[in-house]
Amino acid sequence: MGLSDKGFLSTEELKKRGRYPSEERFKKGPVAIIECSQEIPCNPCESSCNFGAINVGKPITNLPELNEKKCTGCGLCVAACPGLAIFVIDKTFSENLSTVSFPYEYPILPEKGDKVDAVDREGKYVCKGQVTKVMTSKAFDKTPVVTISVPDNHIDNVRGMALLRKKEEAKSE
Amino acid sequence: MNKREMVIIGGGPAGLTAAIEAAKRNVDVLLIDESIKPGGQLFKQIHKFFGSSAHRSGTRGIDIGKDLVAEADQLGVDLWLNSVVSGLFKEKNIAVERQLEDGSKKMEKIEAEKIVIATGASENAINFEGWTLPGVMGAGAAQTMINVHRVLPGEKVLMIGSGNVGLIVSYQLLQSGADVVGLVEAAPSIGGYGVHAAKIERAGVPIFTRHTIVEAKGDEKTGVKSAVIAEVDKNWEIITGTEKEFEVDVITIAAGLKPLGELANMHGCQKSYIPELGGWVPIHNENMESTCEGIYVVGDVTGVEEANTALEEGRLAGIDAALKLNYIDESEANNIKDEIRKRVNGLRLGPFGEKRLKAKERLIEDYQNLSNIVK
Amino acid sequence: MNKRIESHPILGDKKINNMVEITVDGQKIKAEKGEMIAAALHANGIRINRYTVKRKEPRGIFCGIGQCTDCAMIVDGKPNVRTCVTPVKEGMVIETQHGVGKGEKEHE
Repeated sequence: MGLSDKGFLSTEELKKRGRYPSEERFKKGPVAIIECSQEIPCNPCESSCNFGAINVGKPITNLPELNEKKCTGCGLCVAACPGLAIFVIDKTFSENLSTVSFPYEYPILPEKGDKVDAVDREGKYVCKGQVTKVMTSKAFDKTPVVTISVPDNHIDNVRGMALLRKKEEAKSE
Repeated sequence: MNKREMVIIGGGPAGLTAAIEAAKRNVDVLLIDESIKPGGQLFKQIHKFFGSSAHRSGTRGIDIGKDLVAEADQLGVDLWLNSVVSGLFKEKNIAVERQLEDGSKKMEKIEAEKIVIATGASENAINFEGWTLPGVMGAGAAQTMINVHRVLPGEKVLMIGSGNVGLIVSYQLLQSGADVVGLVEAAPSIGGYGVHAAKIERAGVPIFTRHTIVEAKGDEKTGVKSAVIAEVDKNWEIITGTEKEFEVDVITIAAGLKPLGELANMHGCQKSYIPELGGWVPIHNENMESTCEGIYVVGDVTGVEEANTALEEGRLAGIDAALKLNYIDESEANNIKDEIRKRVNGLRLGPFGEKRLKAKERLIEDYQNLSNIVK
Repeated sequence: MNKRIESHPILGDKKINNMVEITVDGQKIKAEKGEMIAAALHANGIRINRYTVKRKEPRGIFCGIGQCTDCAMIVDGKPNVRTCVTPVKEGMVIETQHGVGKGEKEHE
């Protein structure tokens, strides 16, 4: 159930397995969440981190372990993961809003300020979000990283935005 | 009749690395490919590869392809494109329909000292009511259209099959601007990597496990117009009353691949039936040599795996052929081969890789058990 | 409907190379020089390549890489040409193939 017929684990399941940052860490600023839960030979996340915060080691089927203290939430690993399975969450963004950063390799890239539909791991609508940052860089090798803000109570569910179909769709009101 | 030191049939990832390793050691290499350009499946793989960061993981298949083609070119590998090897006869004689510079075709015969068969695999089909309608195609066909030809096969797609091909091509269809209305998988669980499934679900593509395609509907003027899917029970029987119809103009089938081992068969190389590797596969030893001495088999033709394993198998054959042709000394060759074997077996770990590792071990055992080595 | 993918998040923008003119069942259409016939046809909304011998059913690309022959059409008078692996040329004449091709004797 879950991983085998959906391909992903819920937030509760990730927490149970010790694969979710602590609330204490969330209070300190942005942090990465590696939602990679199957043993597949793969380790570019480890070498992508400039702070040595991700450890895979050998054999390379090991699940990546995140060192909360070393992680600065910079987002490099978000673009580096071939499985697009890493996110950065910042629960300190503002009084009522948190942000989530995710990889977005689709035809129409949103722009800062755009209002978008924030979705959960199943692509279902959760709430409206606002784009706070769009990072593109040669180092990302064509994987833009989009950051959206949503109300605090939704942040553990939101993992993306509904794909933009037309340029006009996401203009801010 | 031409005589060549080394002829490689198939210029995909495995054929290219075999050519490169041999050419690096000054072997005269002829690489023959039926397509308009080499690279095989690599130029359709626009996503970042998994694997070890020590060996280009995180790099997109298309970029690996570009680098390999450039390297082969730099090393002076002789390349015959748009040329089809139509037969492989005893004593390593190759019949090839070669395309010349002016576009005309000429049958040539080549006697080769070493041959590498890297002919890959082809897509399986599944049949269902309406499956011959225009718009029903292999997932690979859709992938070729969007990533190589830059043309959409349609606007709304239903994907059949949740192995990595089905999951990845669904993602690539979204990237090309098509709408994937859903993916059906008859088994209760997703066949490919969870992360591949997760990213398309996040993008709004529902995955219907325990569901199959019932019918493709359409007409003879336009082709496919809709698809009917239904739930299946434990015996794979359709549960009546669970039918759902989707408006689609394309239905893509990702039902696995089967190795194209015909040339190896023609020459009398022995084969084994191994379902985990795609069906009938030519048997090989730990150097990728088949039961026909001097004929190597590498890549998907000897087991449907992935690009990374194909790259490594090609290297192994290239080095071994260079060794047997006396272009490299034995201890250097053995060291390199050991490194390659460590890497390729490192790719066959974990719940997905284990089955392939065991299957490859059985294949090598089959080689050892066989007493007749055909020249 | 234009089905060309003009901009792509990974492959980038498509530069239009030389255009050529080909004729498909009497209709002149524009294609990109060197692109596969089947792709040019798809880009112009055409995806039926032929009709089968007995039941006269429509067929279009299936494997897309020259192995299944479902995409066969008559090209410059020659039948059974696999359009998914044959590049277009200026002035090429392409026709929907009915059965085994014009002028060929069909099986009884």
